[in-house]
Amino acid sequence: MSHEHKDNVGAKLGMWLFLFTELLLFGGLFILYSVYLSRYPHEFTSAGKELNVVFGTTNTVVLLTSSLFAAMAVTSIKRGEKKTTLSLLVATLACAATFMVIKYFEWTAKIHHGIYPGSPKLAAGPPGESVFFSLYYITTGLHGIHVLIGGALLAWIGTKVQGGRLNAGNNVMLENGTLYWHLVDLVWIFIFPLYYLIL
Amino acid sequence: MSQESAEHAEHIVSYKTLVGVWVALLVLTVITVAITRAELGALKVWSALAVASVKSALVIAVFMHMKYEARLFRIILLVALVTLATFIGFTFFDVLYR
Repeated sequence: MSHEHKDNVGAKLGMWLFLFTELLLFGGLFILYSVYLSRYPHEFTSAGKELNVVFGTTNTVVLLTSSLFAAMAVTSIKRGEKKTTLSLLVATLACAATFMVIKYFEWTAKIHHGIYPGSPKLAAGPPGESVFFSLYYITTGLHGIHVLIGGALLAWIGTKVQGGRLNAGNNVMLENGTLYWHLVDLVWIFIFPLYYLIL
Repeated sequence: MSQESAEHAEHIVSYKTLVGVWVALLVLTVITVAITRAELGALKVWSALAVASVKSALVIAVFMHMKYEARLFRIILLVALVTLATFIGFTFFDVLYR
């Protein structure tokens, strides 16, 4: 048996440091949002009313549930319940897919109504509204890319669990993968009230 | 050997705790939707952000195991949050008092 050196604390610390850079990335977008909200409060309010609270709330519940499954997967692998871990990862991915499908319908409806960056409708309207929708597309778009990356990451980690390379004694990769997934959830926890609720 | 003892010290969060946190997160989601439907003015923004912060704290503490990690993890989390708060604070000094 090879004695590979494993430093789980170091691995998790590295992951957290990476997550902080992600936090600052999305933090920058939230700063932009709040600065423009204070500059164009009325335009933001009328533009924000166009967003669908039902879609937003449903996606919030979907993501919170996916985070629960991801956290449970970590518990199950540490208890050596391989089958449960795999089922929980599949459930997490199903939630990720549901989220993206809802996002697809949401964006399609907006684009169908002529609301997309650089559209003639927004160009003709007040500048605050086009700023709002540009920020909406870039923030939810960047978040959507994170959902896709997180889903791919967890699927890849799932194949390692399946093959037995990740197990009760060696699972820090799964833990770090779920940390990334929870970050995706955290960002949405702020996107949801800022874009869908407070305006 | 030392690796084995580290594994024994590893904290495993029970399913029950995780489901409890998930229920709390759903309740908070209902609360935030409900309070933002009422006309509260500026209070609406702050209450929504307060609920979002509580939800984040729950996710970070339990789902992300921050509660069970070494103190160093909490220190660097604090540094990251203070950095972000500084950016936001100084931006608003500029924006509001220009």
